[in-house]
Amino acid sequence: MNKGKDFEKKIKKAEKTAYFALFFSSIASVLLLLAVYNPTLSIFKSNETNTIYSDVIEDEDKIENGIHLRTGLIEAEGLMTVINNCTNCHSAKLVTQNRMNTERWNATIKWMQETQNLWDLGENQKIIVNYLVTNYPVKPKGRRMNLENIDWYTLN
Amino acid sequence: MYIVQLINSIIKQTTLDRRSFIKKSVLSSFTTLIGADIVFGSNIKSGYTPIALQNQDPFKLFGKNKEMVVLNDKPWNIEAKAHLLDDKITPNSSMFIRNNGRTPDKINAKDWILTIDGESVKKTKTYTLNDLKTKFKKHTYQLTLECGGNGRSEFNPPAKGNQWTIGAVHCASWSGVRLKDILEDAGIKSNAVYIGYHSFDTHLSGDPSKEPISRGCPMSKALQDETLLAFEMNGKDIPLIHGYPVRLVAGGWPASVSGKWINRISIRDKVHDGTKMMGTAYRVPKNPVAPGEKVKDEDMCIIESMPVKSLITYPKTGAIINKGQKLKIRGHAWAGELEVEKMEYSIDFGSTWKTCSVKKPANRLAWQHFSAAIDFPKTGYYEVWARATDTKGISQPMLLPGWNPKGYLNNACHRIAVKVV
Repeated sequence: MNKGKDFEKKIKKAEKTAYFALFFSSIASVLLLLAVYNPTLSIFKSNETNTIYSDVIEDEDKIENGIHLRTGLIEAEGLMTVINNCTNCHSAKLVTQNRMNTERWNATIKWMQETQNLWDLGENQKIIVNYLVTNYPVKPKGRRMNLENIDWYTLN
Repeated sequence: MYIVQLINSIIKQTTLDRRSFIKKSVLSSFTTLIGADIVFGSNIKSGYTPIALQNQDPFKLFGKNKEMVVLNDKPWNIEAKAHLLDDKITPNSSMFIRNNGRTPDKINAKDWILTIDGESVKKTKTYTLNDLKTKFKKHTYQLTLECGGNGRSEFNPPAKGNQWTIGAVHCASWSGVRLKDILEDAGIKSNAVYIGYHSFDTHLSGDPSKEPISRGCPMSKALQDETLLAFEMNGKDIPLIHGYPVRLVAGGWPASVSGKWINRISIRDKVHDGTKMMGTAYRVPKNPVAPGEKVKDEDMCIIESMPVKSLITYPKTGAIINKGQKLKIRGHAWAGELEVEKMEYSIDFGSTWKTCSVKKPANRLAWQHFSAAIDFPKTGYYEVWARATDTKGISQPMLLPGWNPKGYLNNACHRIAVKVV
């Protein structure tokens, strides 16, 4: 009986130690994560820090009719590279409303790296710029375009 | 439970800041660390999404007309259409939004403090909102604010940035104190050159050391009667998206001078060197350049007064009228620091121009209202073009004005399509 109780005690002690270990390792991992992802501890300052609004779609990368739904980007070679590198800080809308050639996109990337904390894109830069100039080519506009997409209505 | 909450808030924060792959990696690293995947898994799957992250309707969020056009949702950039700007004093529902960074949380007006500092302030001084409201005289002006990049979408070759068409302009009624009353109260040294503003909005990258925008203007503009530190828009508290609780309003200049969510103004002994004052931001070439030409930074100069411009706000483009029916048109015209002296319209692509009647501005820097009644000689497709001329005799061009690298100052004539049947 004694042996059995001793064993039970030991088990309980071991269990306790395990819980302690689990508890402290949890704390350590939380601190580690904070250090990595939130060194300024801004998540504690307010529940409503930075009000950012974005669409939440169940399947984040759902594609319909050749369009990546969450971002509105055209499905083509390089899509995910563009999404992963170009939509962290700003909306994809800022990408799709701009039509530039290779040289100007490269200059824009350089500007974002110099002033907007964009990281070194390495090999991905070529993939990204190629995606942009292929899928969002510059449209000739001349000195003044015709009025387009007129919604005609009767005015009495 | 506390740990679970913590982890949730980290995941929440991570989804805010980064993309899903990071969220997933955080999730999986936690799963391995403490083997509690059920807790997180269920939370993520049930779509634990903070209210701020849910698919929000910007029109409801900011009280905007459903016909406004969202150019960008991170940061928010929303523009009006010409016919939405028909009111003499623009209501919030039709006012464009141009954000450079993340909108700050609603600031408690009681805690708000304005600091006046800088090399050329006699003594750094702070003011509460109550100080502004009780110790200084309140003034109200209608002031035209137009984004420097309004019309950018038409430039060829294209200029990078938000592709504004015609709707980044408004003229609301602003109330507040004169900036000069505050600056003079703090004391301006004789070597003062410029003011630079600082505000509560945060950088898109989340980098707390960066300001999304910090612009300003020369002392001469800062000291004008109409340059306000405004705390009311159209008789009410300024909506959050337009700069609550206090913003600068410097009518007639690029709207970026009219900083939102102001918390500090520096009186500088040199041209302010804050974010978007330098390089090519809000600057145009000193000398005219060919479309697409490269321009060195030192050959660019800061935009000050906006150019003469007008908009036909009634009728909406696309009107079909019967032959013999007169078409009444109306709209607004403005000219930066100047006034509009003459307003004309053409229905034959500029071959002939007829005069519109144009009213005096409600006050300096407010837009002016014009109207005309047009007869059409025969049935067919027409475009009604409007052209304003300022007090210096400068008119709007029918074609695009001089190309510039960032696509600013497009004041080409506005036009609407009309069919006579």
